Parts: sequence; C-alpha cells; structure tokens
Amino acid sequence: MDVVSEVLQKSQEESSKYKPITVEKHIDLEYDVASLLVYDFNQFNAQYFERDANGYLLDLARDNTQLLINQLWELPTERVEEAIVAKLPLPKTVLPRAKPVPKPKELTKWEQFAKEKGIQKKKKSKLSWDDQLQKWVPLFGFKRSQAEKEKNWVLEVPQNADPTEDQFAKKTVSKSENVAKNELQRLRNIAKRRNIKIPRVGLTNPEVASAKDLQAAVTVAKASTASLGKFQDRLPKEKEATGVTTITPGASKKRKLPPVSGDVEKKQNLDVVESILNKRPKFDVEKSVSKQIQTKLDLTETIQDRVKGGRKNQIRNKASKKPKGSKGQRAGGKIGAGRKRR
Amino acid sequence: MRRLSEDRTKVLFEKLAKYIGPNIKQLIERPDGIYCFREQKNRVYYVSENILKFANTMPADNIISLGTCFGKFTKTGKFKLHITALNYIAPYAQCKIWLKSSAEQQFLYGNNVTKAGLGRISENCEKYQGALVYSMSDLPLGFGVAARSTAECKMVDPLTVVCFHQSDIGEYIRSEDDLL
Repeated sequence: MDVVSEVLQKSQEESSKYKPITVEKHIDLEYDVASLLVYDFNQFNAQYFERDANGYLLDLARDNTQLLINQLWELPTERVEEAIVAKLPLPKTVLPRAKPVPKPKELTKWEQFAKEKGIQKKKKSKLSWDDQLQKWVPLFGFKRSQAEKEKNWVLEVPQNADPTEDQFAKKTVSKSENVAKNELQRLRNIAKRRNIKIPRVGLTNPEVASAKDLQAAVTVAKASTASLGKFQDRLPKEKEATGVTTITPGASKKRKLPPVSGDVEKKQNLDVVESILNKRPKFDVEKSVSKQIQTKLDLTETIQDRVKGGRKNQIRNKASKKPKGSKGQRAGGKIGAGRKRR
Repeated sequence: MRRLSEDRTKVLFEKLAKYIGPNIKQLIERPDGIYCFREQKNRVYYVSENILKFANTMPADNIISLGTCFGKFTKTGKFKLHITALNYIAPYAQCKIWLKSSAEQQFLYGNNVTKAGLGRISENCEKYQGALVYSMSDLPLGFGVAARSTAECKMVDPLTVVCFHQSDIGEYIRSEDDLL
C-alpha cells in the first residue's frame, strides 16, 4: 500500500507542476500550421498586464504555444529514426520573398529597334523552291552553299568598277566582314547584358571620321604626354572635346579646384583684375571721333563766348601770356601732317 | 558650389569692369571681411566668407542660393548680369544715366531709353560702355549699355535710342522664377 500511495503522490506532484494541455479561449485561434503561426484574436487583458506584465505575457505565450502543439499532434505523424515527425500541410500565409524580383531580360540592340519600329519576326520555311536550279534549296547548311556556288558561277562586273578586280574575292571578303560584324554585335550585346565594360575603340577610319571624332582624338592625343599635356600649346579658340574623360589620361570626371584660404583667393582675384585693367586699350575709331567732336564743341563754345564777351575778353587775353608752341590743342583736321616739305 | 575657374573669373571681371572699371577692387578688398565669388549651377554668387563656411556644411546640390546672385553664365560661356547685383554695383558706377519721370515706367517694362526720356547723363560716357540707370531722384533702376557717347547724345534726335536696356528692377516681378 505504501508503495502505491507513494507513486500516486509523486505523479500528483508532478502533474501539479505542469499545466493541463487543454486551454480555454473565448474565440478560437487561427492557425497556419505549416509556418507554425498562430493568430490570437482574443481581447488583451490590460488589467492583468498592469499587475504583472511579464507573467501575463508568459502565460499567454504558453497557452497559445500549447494550442499550436495540440494542432500539430492532430496531423498525421510518422516515426523516422526514433523521432516523431508530423507532415505539415501547405502554408496559408504568403510571405514576402527574400530576394528582389529578377529583372526581365534586357533586349538586344536589334530587338529594341524592332520593338520600336514594330517589326515582327517572320518565320522562314526551311526549304524554298529555286526556279533557276529547279530544285528545293535549304535555308542554310552545306546544300545551300553548294546551290549558291552552282547559281553564282558567273558575276557581273559593275559599270564603274575596276575591270581587273576579282568580284568573287570581293564577295567573299564582304561576307566574312559581315560575319565578323555580326559576331562583334553579339559579343557587345552579351557585354551589355552582363554589365561588362568594353574598351572603346579609338578612331576607326580617318576618312569617315567626323569633326567631333577628330576633336576627341586631338584632345586625347594632347593629354598623352609624360606630363599629361600640361605643356602643350593651344590654338586660339580651341575647344576641348567633351565626354572623353574615360579615355583621356589624367582626366577625372569632375575636376574641382583645390580649396584655398580666403586670402589666397583674394590675391588671385586681384591679379586677374589687375591683368584686365592693365590691358592696353585698342585703338577705337568711334571713341577717338567722339573725343574729337567733344573738343570741337568745346572750342566753338569758347569762341562764341569770346564773341559775346566782346572787348572785355580781349583785354584779358592781352594781359595773359602768349600761348606757347606745342601746347595748344589741334582743332580736328588731318591727323599727321606727313613729310615736311622744303 | 565651387570656385570660379580662371577663365570664368576673367569673363566675370571683364563684364564688371564695363560697369565699374577699376572699382572692382573695392568689391574684392573690403574692410568688413573677405568676400568671394562662388559658382552654383552656372550662377555666380557674391558671398562673405562667414556665410560660405555655413554653406559648406550642406551638400552642394541642396543649396538653392547663397549670398547675392550676381548673374549667370550662359551656355555659350558669356556672363549675364542679374538685377540682384544692382546694390553692389550702383555705388561704384562710372557712367550714369538719369531718366525723366515720364520715361521711368517705359524702362521698367524692359524697353530701351530714348533721347526723349534722357534726363541727365554723366560726362565722358563712352559708346557701348556699361551704364547705370537712375531715376531723377537718384534711385537706381537698372543696368544698360550706352548706345551713344555723351557728346553724340547732344546731337541726336529725340527718338534715337540712347541706352540699351539690360536689366531693371521690374524683373523682380516680371521674372520672379528665374532670379535667384
């Protein structure tokens, strides 16, 4: 008897330590078992929370977790290597994706052009009937090239072409150039898609280069000295090409003047002002003419004054000194008397 | 916001020299501290160094204006004086033109000054020199370019243009958005 009661007592003690697995809630919870998620829509008890915040939250969390685990036990379970595993259903909650949505594939240059112009791709048949050869010729492959050879056994020499020129060789060269160009464009499209920088091709052909290209070439060539073009002479009104910073040695994208203190800047400014003010004035015809007019006007005014003044002025004039030579102002007329004649 | 390059400084001072001649030095050498010219979005600002220090704490793109705007560089690299510079230039002006009260409004609407509207003109004004336009009560109204020298002015008939309009204080209302 003793043993039995002891065991019972022990189990009772143990069970009192743990809470029951059943939890009462006013409103049923909403589960998303697959993502182990529970929504509790029951009212939040502010009174309990104020009394013992930590304890209340802990209780709430335990109860809800208990309910979630109860739900898990209702799922079909199986045993894998001594562990009980529940099979989760598909998740109901939509979670945002971790990584950004992949960008749509970038169009190639031709695709872009075709889209702009509304050009649609036409399906070509693999075989086409050749009237000249009287047989079906495939679109590509060795049979096609054979057919071409058969068809073009003779080529016309254009009217204004060099008669000694080999038209067949010319045709093969142009074809191979076309292929090379196509390959270059393909590679360029790949580079563009993968965001790889390709080195710029310099001036391709001086015969077809535009003035802009030439200007760029000059700008780059000038900077390509050991001192980065610091001592290169400039032509009057020469302009530097824009948009060539990437290929110009020593050029940075945005050139900023180095910061200097206010006093230094002031001195620099004063130097500039000095250089402007000390410029020798150009000979200005308009200006000299206007000056001439001014002096003439002044002269006539003084003469009029003299006439008006009459005798009084004359007397004063007599009293004053004789006018000295080479000090009087010339009244208009010729500038420069020329050679003195004897 | 950055310092003016040497070329641009030259262009700016050449323009100012047309109006105030050797008095540019007064703008640079001031007894009340260091003033300098700064460029922001092709506009030139005349700023005291104290304000400049504050402005340096801000990213340049966010600055709309600082100090006084003197004018702007056009796309072809010329400098255009704005009316906002009037207060700094008026005291040092060399060629002055006074308008009759009847011609004031005409000028303030952006028209050239004719001989009829000319009240007074300072002596020895040269042709195509920068001129300051005043009302008869000595209130600066704007800038212009003398179309005739002082001597020529006396001879011409009353309808000829004496001063080409460049900017006037009417612009504060007319082109409020462009002035900064």
